[in-house]
Amino acid sequence: MSRLEVKKTYKLYINGAFPRSESGRVYEVSDSKGNFIANPALASRKDLRDAVVAARAAQPGWGKATAYNRGQILYRIAEMLEGRADQIANEISATSGLTPKKAHEQLAAAIDRWVWYAGWSDKLAAAFGSTNPVAGPYYNFTIPEPQGVIAVAPQDEFLSFIDAIAPVITSGNSVIALVPGASAVPAMTFAEVLATSDLPHGVINILTGSHDELAPWAASHMDIDGMDISGIDKKKRAALKEAGAENLKRIHHFDDAQTPNRIYAFMEAKTVWHPIGV
Amino acid sequence: MDFEYAPAPESRSIVSIKPKYGHFIDGKFVNGRNHFATINPATEEVLSQISLGSASDVDKAVIAAQKAYTKTWSKLSGKERGKYLYRIARILQERAREFAVLETLDNGKPIRETRDIDIPLVAAHFFYHAGWADKLDYAGMGKSPKPHGVAGQIIPWNFPLLMLAWKIAPALATGNTVVLKPAETTSLTALLFAEVCQQAELPDGVVNIVTGDGSTGSAIVNHAGIHKIAFTGSTEVGKKIARAIAGTNKKATLELGGKGANIVFDDAPIDETVEGIVNGIFFNQGHVCCAGSRLILQEGIAEEITEKLKARMSKIRVGDPLDKNTDLGAINSREQLNKINELSAAGDAEGAERWNPSCNLSDKGYWFAPTIFTGVTQAHRIAREEIFGPVLSILTFRTPQEAIEKANNTPFGLSAGVWSEKGSRILWATQQLRAGVIWANTFNKFDPTSPFGGYKESGWGREGGKHGLASYLKEGK
Amino acid sequence: MNFYGIVDGSESSLKNFLSQLPGVDQVGAEARAAMLATRSIKTTSKRWAIDTAISMVDLTTLEGADTPGKVRALCTKAVRPDPTDLTIPSVGAVCVYNDMVSIARTHLDAIGGKHVPVAAVSTAFPSGRASMEVKIQDTQDAIDAGAAEIDMVIDRGAFLSGKFGLVFDEIVKIREVCGERAHLKVIFETGELVTYDNVRKASYLAMLAGADFIKTSTGKVAPAATPPVVLVMLEAVRDFYVLTNRRIGVKPAGGIRNTKDAIKQLVLVNETAGPEWLTPEFFRIGASALLNDLLMQRMKMDDGYYASPNYVTID
Repeated sequence: MSRLEVKKTYKLYINGAFPRSESGRVYEVSDSKGNFIANPALASRKDLRDAVVAARAAQPGWGKATAYNRGQILYRIAEMLEGRADQIANEISATSGLTPKKAHEQLAAAIDRWVWYAGWSDKLAAAFGSTNPVAGPYYNFTIPEPQGVIAVAPQDEFLSFIDAIAPVITSGNSVIALVPGASAVPAMTFAEVLATSDLPHGVINILTGSHDELAPWAASHMDIDGMDISGIDKKKRAALKEAGAENLKRIHHFDDAQTPNRIYAFMEAKTVWHPIGV
Repeated sequence: MDFEYAPAPESRSIVSIKPKYGHFIDGKFVNGRNHFATINPATEEVLSQISLGSASDVDKAVIAAQKAYTKTWSKLSGKERGKYLYRIARILQERAREFAVLETLDNGKPIRETRDIDIPLVAAHFFYHAGWADKLDYAGMGKSPKPHGVAGQIIPWNFPLLMLAWKIAPALATGNTVVLKPAETTSLTALLFAEVCQQAELPDGVVNIVTGDGSTGSAIVNHAGIHKIAFTGSTEVGKKIARAIAGTNKKATLELGGKGANIVFDDAPIDETVEGIVNGIFFNQGHVCCAGSRLILQEGIAEEITEKLKARMSKIRVGDPLDKNTDLGAINSREQLNKINELSAAGDAEGAERWNPSCNLSDKGYWFAPTIFTGVTQAHRIAREEIFGPVLSILTFRTPQEAIEKANNTPFGLSAGVWSEKGSRILWATQQLRAGVIWANTFNKFDPTSPFGGYKESGWGREGGKHGLASYLKEGK
Repeated sequence: MNFYGIVDGSESSLKNFLSQLPGVDQVGAEARAAMLATRSIKTTSKRWAIDTAISMVDLTTLEGADTPGKVRALCTKAVRPDPTDLTIPSVGAVCVYNDMVSIARTHLDAIGGKHVPVAAVSTAFPSGRASMEVKIQDTQDAIDAGAAEIDMVIDRGAFLSGKFGLVFDEIVKIREVCGERAHLKVIFETGELVTYDNVRKASYLAMLAGADFIKTSTGKVAPAATPPVVLVMLEAVRDFYVLTNRRIGVKPAGGIRNTKDAIKQLVLVNETAGPEWLTPEFFRIGASALLNDLLMQRMKMDDGYYASPNYVTID
């Protein structure tokens, strides 16, 4: 007699915890043959509001962690993800229709992304900073700093989700990922990876559900500093940018999956002057 | 007898102002329409008549810039582009005094500043960017980065020619062509710069200057032939531009407002700090987006600093901007004077204590004495809103953490100052402050090699340095 | 002992007081001095500045080769800088070595120059390297010979090695020798103190010990009276006045050779310490060549064309 499998309840990931949506809503994810897989939480704007509070609280500590420390924590995420590779690859395959081989390749790429970005954390100042030879007795330098709280809206694909969040947190931002559709399933399993990694609570927050519902609220939220709308339909981007203008949100979308520009786009250059004298 | 300095006016005979100006399009001065007066704000004397550029003027300028981009400018090597910029830099140096006097006449800022700061920095910006033109592979934008095409540039009245240089120099160095609109009240030096373009034999249409007001600026922002916007001005207009281009592929750099915190710790070098405070808020009549308009003093030295500041303010020479000894010139326009008066009145109404030295202000022209408000809290309007005038709000703090919290408690994030003789404390504070430019033991210093720009609602992007080039380039592959 | 209720003269009280003085940012101080140097002094204000500067000159000769004849000539010029124009004021003082004091005093008195004081450099000028007994005797001799002003040097070696008490004691002792008979100017030799922080500390040390004037330099070491050094000293006397209600004078010396430099100094005084210091009682300029340039500039203002050195006396 076969044993009945214990299925997972897919919830949200906010401030290191796994709450249900305050709205109580879920949506159904099935495989390509229509077989039921899971009922991820359908996040609401109030969940977004809570996630912003968590992200804002977590950001200063994460931003001030040493670059070496952030790099190690990102690398640790890769290690933890490797340990859950089969499970998440299976979820990718089931929810996206990719062959198991392709799903494993995607998962492997996701792990390697974390390794790649882990190595970036302590090179940003060298790559994007400068010392500036001003015409006077002043020491003058420019360093890149994290912007703060960034919302990302990736495509409905696990790797796109990783492509969106990894660069944003590399520099010390905190992030709220608006994960649409079926990729919610592997994304929420990935949240379990995060929960057992060394990443401070609140640095990555994951809301599953609908871009149409959440993205406009994120774009207009005055306590979100930037937004990656790479996963948003081109026709819908203008409205988000318009809403984001209210606090001059830095809103970007990227063609390249993996590039240091995805880090730097969510950083600010700070220039410091100091006299040189005895 | 006291040492009264006799008037030492710079001669204005060096400038010749035409009674009326049109626009500069496709290398030629063309007639304009709908003229309005540009005045000397120190005397209200009408200097000339400026044309209010229409959408069709803008269209002609954009077409000229597009043509110049495709036919000549994009075909030139970086080396040759750079040589044009060097030529411009040299001519600006040669004609520096003429520009300084004209800027002072049109803007109201003291000749000491236009002569010693504005115009030298203008030439330095062209000289610096000239050298970049053939070295863009090293700008951190990949191999062979490409210009956007036509840059639409809208600049403010507080540093008319300097803002023009901040915009035009990097645009041309990176291979873009330009349509620029100077501010309504300060068009004259931009029009004189057009003559410099002619003297430098810059190809027709590479730089086009259309004068006018907000409607002219709006026509530039919304023109389909513009690929990149560079704007310096108010946060309010910056947001409008951000909305206007939301549905387009236009790139934008925005240099917007600020409410800079100038934090003084009790171990500061006091006399130089007082100078820095004065330079922070009274430089250019306080018409500075990065002004140190909120002075945040540690309690133990608040009284001493305030007393010394008052004594120092009593030595500020307010008056004829053309007088070489003038420290504080005229407010740029009646509109701006009204705004300063309105916000200062709000300071009075909200219970802050106003002080200013006695000044003999002329009846003619627009004047405002250097002013401080003490007893200001975070809740006061004068601690939150940009006054853009010679008005300083003074707050106090006890712990370093409190100073940082007050400094960062604003939607702006352009500049900040820190004064302390302790190195580690300065580095700690500069790390905590959420602002794009931080002056430690100095204030209001600028250099073409040094990136400038704001966090949060103070803008998008940087101007100056390697960072400033990025916004005029598409990454090379 | 108690000095203005601020220090008791002990090494520790001096260290405590001097260490709590605010620092001087070199770049900021130099920028302020450079900005004030751009002041443009024209027409009536220039005329006033030239005459005021003449009245503040400590007309100086401090050469090993000085002769009685040269000192007498200097005194003649001090009383009437231009014998053809009696509207020109006498200078602030004649400044000579110890052994020339009585020659200078006698000659000044003889030519109607009783109002021009003689200043003597003292305390083993210019190096300050002698025993305290010798320094006291040096000073006593000068006063006995008729010096009304004593320009003493501090022991820079002691100051730079942090022996503030030693420097302080020397000034106090010389102050006692001067008593009511002579004004005391204390020379720092700022070129050897190197930093503006040291200039500020030395200023307070001297003022607390009883100096009437603080003076930049001996004229034997460069750099001497640079505008930022004078700026820092003017800030010190201004703040000391607030602290004690006693107005101390400032004397830049060395390197001020022409009218433009002198006027820059007056601007510094005007905008830093204030107009109360713009009198020979509280501001002097130690110089020799300067006086002739002031005279030539004055002639130019009167005549409307540029003067020639042939028309001013060489000594």
